[in-house]
Amino acid sequence: MSTSETRPPALLTTSGLVFLGVLGAAVVLVPALNLLTAPDSALHVPTYVVSLLGKYLTYALLALSVDLIWGYVGILSLGHGAFFALGGYAMGMYLMRQIGPRGVYGDPVLPDFMVFLNWKELPWFWYGFDLFPFAALMVLLAPGILALVFGWFAFRSRVTGVYLSIITQAMTFALLLAFFRNDMGFGGNNGLTDFKDILGFNIQADGTRVVLFVLSAVALGLGYVLCRFLVRSHFGKVLVAIRDAETRVRFTGYRAENYKLVAFVVSAMLAGIAGALYVPQVGIINPSEFSPANSIEIIVWVAVGGRGTLVGAALGAVLVNYAKTYFTSGLLAPYWLFMLGGLFVAVTLFLPKGIVGTFYDWRARRRASDDIPGAEPAAAPKPAE
Amino acid sequence: MLLALAVLSAAALSAAALAGRAEAQDVGGALAQLATNKYDDTEAALSVLALSGDPAAVGIVSALAEGRLVFGGTPPRVFIQGEGGALLDPLTRQPVADAPAVKPVRVNNRVRRAIEAASGALSLVSPDPAKRLEAAQAVGRSRDVAALPALDAVLAKETDPKVKSALALARASIVIGQAGVSEADRIAAIEVVGAQGNQDALALLRSVPADASPAVKDAAAAAIAGIERNLALWGAAQNVWYGLSLGSVLLLAAIGLAITFGVMGVINMAHGEMVMLGAYTTFVVQELIRTHNPGLFDWSLIIAIPLAFLFTGLIGVIIERTVIRFLYGRALETLLATWGISLILQQAIRTLFGPTNREVGAPSWMSGSFEIGQLSITYGRLWIIVFALLVFVALLAVLRLTRIGLEMRAVTQNRRMAASMGIRTNWVDAMTFGLGSGIAGMAGVALSQIDNVSPNLGQSYIIDSFLVVVFGGVGNLWGTLVGAMSLGVANKLLEPYAGAVLGKIALLVIVILFIQKRPRGLFALKGRSIEA
Amino acid sequence: MSDTETLVRDIEPDDGLGAAKKTLTEALLYLNAVTVTFDGFRALNELSFTVDPGEMRAIIGPNGAGKTTMMDVITGKTRPDKGDVFFNGGTTDLTRLDETEIATLGIGRKFQKPTVFESHTVLDNLRLALKGQRSALPNIFRRETAAERECIDAIFETIRLTEHRDRLGGALSHGQKQWLEIGMLLAQDPKLLLVDEPVAGMTDAETAQTAELLREINANGHSVVVVEHDMTFVRDLGVRVMCLHEGSVLAEGTLDQVSANERVIEVYLGR
Ligand SMILES: Nc1ncnc2c1ncn2[C@@H]1O[C@H](COP(=O)(O)OP(=O)(O)OP(=O)(O)O)[C@@H](O)[C@H]1O
Ligand SMILES: [Mg+2]
Repeated sequence: MSTSETRPPALLTTSGLVFLGVLGAAVVLVPALNLLTAPDSALHVPTYVVSLLGKYLTYALLALSVDLIWGYVGILSLGHGAFFALGGYAMGMYLMRQIGPRGVYGDPVLPDFMVFLNWKELPWFWYGFDLFPFAALMVLLAPGILALVFGWFAFRSRVTGVYLSIITQAMTFALLLAFFRNDMGFGGNNGLTDFKDILGFNIQADGTRVVLFVLSAVALGLGYVLCRFLVRSHFGKVLVAIRDAETRVRFTGYRAENYKLVAFVVSAMLAGIAGALYVPQVGIINPSEFSPANSIEIIVWVAVGGRGTLVGAALGAVLVNYAKTYFTSGLLAPYWLFMLGGLFVAVTLFLPKGIVGTFYDWRARRRASDDIPGAEPAAAPKPAE
Repeated sequence: MLLALAVLSAAALSAAALAGRAEAQDVGGALAQLATNKYDDTEAALSVLALSGDPAAVGIVSALAEGRLVFGGTPPRVFIQGEGGALLDPLTRQPVADAPAVKPVRVNNRVRRAIEAASGALSLVSPDPAKRLEAAQAVGRSRDVAALPALDAVLAKETDPKVKSALALARASIVIGQAGVSEADRIAAIEVVGAQGNQDALALLRSVPADASPAVKDAAAAAIAGIERNLALWGAAQNVWYGLSLGSVLLLAAIGLAITFGVMGVINMAHGEMVMLGAYTTFVVQELIRTHNPGLFDWSLIIAIPLAFLFTGLIGVIIERTVIRFLYGRALETLLATWGISLILQQAIRTLFGPTNREVGAPSWMSGSFEIGQLSITYGRLWIIVFALLVFVALLAVLRLTRIGLEMRAVTQNRRMAASMGIRTNWVDAMTFGLGSGIAGMAGVALSQIDNVSPNLGQSYIIDSFLVVVFGGVGNLWGTLVGAMSLGVANKLLEPYAGAVLGKIALLVIVILFIQKRPRGLFALKGRSIEA
Repeated sequence: MSDTETLVRDIEPDDGLGAAKKTLTEALLYLNAVTVTFDGFRALNELSFTVDPGEMRAIIGPNGAGKTTMMDVITGKTRPDKGDVFFNGGTTDLTRLDETEIATLGIGRKFQKPTVFESHTVLDNLRLALKGQRSALPNIFRRETAAERECIDAIFETIRLTEHRDRLGGALSHGQKQWLEIGMLLAQDPKLLLVDEPVAGMTDAETAQTAELLREINANGHSVVVVEHDMTFVRDLGVRVMCLHEGSVLAEGTLDQVSANERVIEVYLGR
C-alpha cells in the first residue's frame, strides 16, 4: 500500500541521463577530434562542422525554451525567434564594439555601418556594450524585459490560445520591421557582422570555435536541468494545471498569470542565451531572425521531437536542422520546402506526440503493469481551446 | 489710373472689334507693322491682333508661328505662304496675282512668347466653349499681364458660366501679383483665387507683392490659412480614401479567414497561399487570353473571378478532406499543419512559375482616374472597393439566406446536434472551408491588380488578415468589415506622420494593446461556449 | 469599521425573506438585490439571500433558474450589474475581487461539469489544491511537509480514492472525478464550499455517500451551498432548501415546506 510518501519524480529520468550523456560525450569527442587529429585523418572533425554542430546545439536550447512554455503551459508562442534574435543582437553589439578601429572605415568607436550612415556619435543604447559582463547581462535582460512587458499585458488580460499566438507573431513582425530600419541603429538590413574577436580571442580560430561549441553544449545541458527542475517542482505542476484547466487553477487560488509570466520570462531568457551563443558561431545577426516564419519553424522542431518532453525538443531541433543542412545543400535543395511543409503536416497528423512522446507511450505500454507515475508529464496536451 | 484707362480702352476697342466694325483698320494696321519686320513692331502687331478677335487674326498668328508669314514688295506687304508656296492675302486668303519676292517675318524668343499669348488670347474668343475654357486656364497659368486687356474684354461678354469663372480666375491670377493694382481690385482677386482652394491658388497667394498694403496682406494671409485648412482636410480625405482602399484589400483577404477561423475555429495559415493561387489563376487566364484571343483581354478579370473561386475552393476542399478534418478541436495543431501546407503551395508555385514576379495586366476599365474636388480617385482602387463590398454582401447573403448557410451556422453552434438532425457535418465542413478558400482566391484576383504576383504574395497579407479578424472579433463578419476598414484607414492616417514602416509598427503595437483590452475583439460574440 | 456600519444601514433587508435573513455582520455570505443580465436576459433578478457561518444550504430550481450564475457571481467569474455580495460578516466586498482573490479568501467551488487536472495524478491534483503557498516563485523551491502529507492521506480516506492516487486525473470515471473535485475542495479548506450538482452521474449508493460526505464536511465547521436537482439527495442532506426561479428566490424553508409550495410545484417539481 503506497502512502503519499512516494518519491517525488527524479530530477533526471532515464531519457534525461541519456541526453546529458550524449551531450557530455559530444563535449569531449568533438573538440578532441577537431584539435588532436591530423586534418587529413579520417576521424578529423573540421572546424566548420564544429561550428555547425554548435549552431544545432543553440537551436536545441531555443527549442527547449519553446517547449517549456508550449509543452508545459500551453502557450504557443509564434514569436520566440524575437527573443533569440534579441539575445543575438546583444552579443552582436558586443562583438561589433570589439572590432574597434579594425573596421573598413577605421573609426575607433563607431561600427562601420554608422560611419556609412554619417553618424557622428554612438547612440546611447550602444553604451556599455564594449564590456562583456554588461553585454552578457543584456543577453538576459533584453529578451527578459520584452517578455516581461509583453507577458504582463497579455496574461493579465487573459489573452490565450490562438489569440496569443497571433499577437506574439505580430510582435516579432513589428520587431522585424523595426530592425530593418537603418535609423534604428542596429545595422538595418545587413545586421551586424564582420566580427573579429571575442574576449580577446580570434573568433575564427579553431580553439575559439571549439570553446564556443563546448559552451553551447554546457548551456544546453544546464538549460535542460533548469527546465527539468522547474517542471517537476510544485511551480511546474501548476504550469501543467494551467495548460489543462486554467480557470480551475484560478479558482484554486493560484494567480495563473504570474505563473505564466515567470515561465515566459525564463523561456525568453533561455532563448536569448541561445541567440547569444549562435551569433559568434555563425558570424552574423540580421533582422531576418525576427521573421515570423523562423519562429514557426521552431515550433515544428519541438513538435517533431515531442512536445512537453524537453529532451524531444532538443532532439527535434537537431534532427530537423541536420535534415535542413543535408537537403538544402544537395540536389534536393528545391524540394526542401516541400519536405519541411510535409513534415509539419505529417507530424501533426501521424505523430502528434512527436518522436520522444511516442517512444514514451510505447515504453509505458510495455511496462503496462508497473506504473511510472508522473515521471513524464502526459505528452499529449489538451488543445488550447 | 493710367493702366485702368488702358484696360478700358482696350475693352472698348475689342468690343468694337467684336461688333464687326473697323477691324480692317486695326488688323490692317497690324499687318502694316508686321511688314516692317522689326521685332518691336511684330510684338505690337501681335497684341493688336490678340485683341482684335478677328477670325483672320487666328490664321495670321498661326502663320507667323509656323514661319509661313512672309513679306515683300514695295511698299512692303505681308502674305501668308500657302500650300505649294502660293502667296495668299492674309485677310481674304485669296491668291495674290502680282506676287513679289518675299522673306519670312523674323521671330525671336520674345516674339515667340508674344505669339503664344496672342494665340491664347485669340482662342478666348473661339466659338467652342471647351477651347475657350482651355484658353482661359492657359492664360491663367501664364499669368501674362499682356493678356489682361483681352481677358477683360471677353469676360464682359462671356455667357458660359464655367468659362466665365475660369476667366475670372485667370484674371485674378494675373492681377494678384501685378504691380500697381488697386487695393480693392487686388483683394477681390485674392478672394477669387482663395475660393479655388488648391495648391496652385496657394502659390498664387504667396506671390502677393511684399509692398502690398496691410489690408491686402491680411486678406492674402486669411485666404492662405483657409486654403491650408482646406487642403489639410482634402489631404485627410485622400488618406481616408487610400485607407478604405487598403481596408477593402484587407477585407478581401480576411473575410475568407473569418469564415474558416470564425465559423469553423480553424486557423488556416495557408490562407495567404489561397490568395496567391487566386492571383496566379488570373495570370494564367490572362496568358491564355493573350495567346488565344487578345480581344477578350478586358474581360480577363471577369473570367478569372469565378475560375479563381472554383480553383482555390477546390484546393480548400481537398486540404480540408485530407488534413484538417483530422485536427478539429486542436486549433494549434491545425495552425502548424496548415503552415506546412502553405510552404508546400508556395514552393509548388515557385517550381511551376519561377520565383520572380509575374506580370498581370490591368484591363482598360481598371486604369485611369477621376477627381472629386481635390481627391484623385483611380478606377482600379474604386473597383476593388466595390468588389470587396460585393463579396461581403454576397457572403452575408449566402450565410443568411441559403440552406448551406443555415447548415453552416447550425454546425458551428452545435455540431453534434446538427449531426443528429441529419445535417452532413462532414460535407458542411468541406463546403465551409471551400467557401473560405474560394473567397481568398477571388481576393487574389483583386490583389493581382495592385501587388506583385509572386509566390510570396500571400505571406504579406496573412499577418494583417489575422489581425483584422482578431481585431474585429472572431465569428462576426461585420466585425471583420469594421476591423478591416479601421485598420486600413488607421494605417494610412498614421503613415504621413510616422512613415510607412513606423506607422505599420505603431499599428501592430496598437492592435496588440487593443487585444489586451478586449481579448475577444471589437464585436466579441457573447455566450457561454466561448469561456466554457 | 464605520464603513461596514454604513453598509449595514444601506443594505437593510427590504422584503419578507423572514427569519432566515440575517444582518450583514452576522452572515458569512450576504447577497442583496443581485442582478445579472446577459444581452438583456436577466439570469439573476434582484437575488437576495444569506448564508450563516457553519450553515449548509441546498438550492434547487429548474434549468436556467440562475443557480450556476449565482455561483459565478460569488466566485468572481461574473460581475453583477448591480447588487451587493459580501463575505465574512460584511468585511469583504466580493464584487471587487477576482477569482483568485476570492478563492484565497476561503471560497471553494466545485463546477457543474467536473474539472480536474487531467494530466496530473490524483495525488498531484490534491497537492495542487492543498491549502498553502500560492505565489509563483516560492513554489519553485517548495517541498512537501509531513503535515501536508498527513492531510492528503486523510482526504484520500474521506473521498475513498486511495488506490487511485497514482492514476491520471483524466483517467477517472465521471463519478470519481466528482469525488476528486470534492476532495480538492476539502484540501483547499475553504470557509465556504459552493458545490454545483455534485451527484450528477452517480449511482444511488454513491449519491448517499456524497450526501454523507457533505454533512461530514459541514459538521467540521465548513459552510456549504449545494446546488442539486436530485431530490433524494437533497432530502438526505436534511438542510434548509431554497428554490430559485428566473433569477430570484421563489421559496425557502425545509424541504417539505418548499416542496409543498404551490409555485414550486408549478415551475419545478410538477404535479
Ligand atoms: N455567459 C452567459 N451568456 C449568456 N447567457 C448566459 C450565460 N451564463 C448563463 N446564461 C443564461 O443564464 C441563465 C441561467 O443560467 P444558469 O447556468 O445559472 O442556470 P442553472 O440554474 O445553473 O441551470 P442548470 O440547472 O441547467 O444548471 C440561462 O438561461 C443561461 O442561458
Ligand atoms: Mg447550473
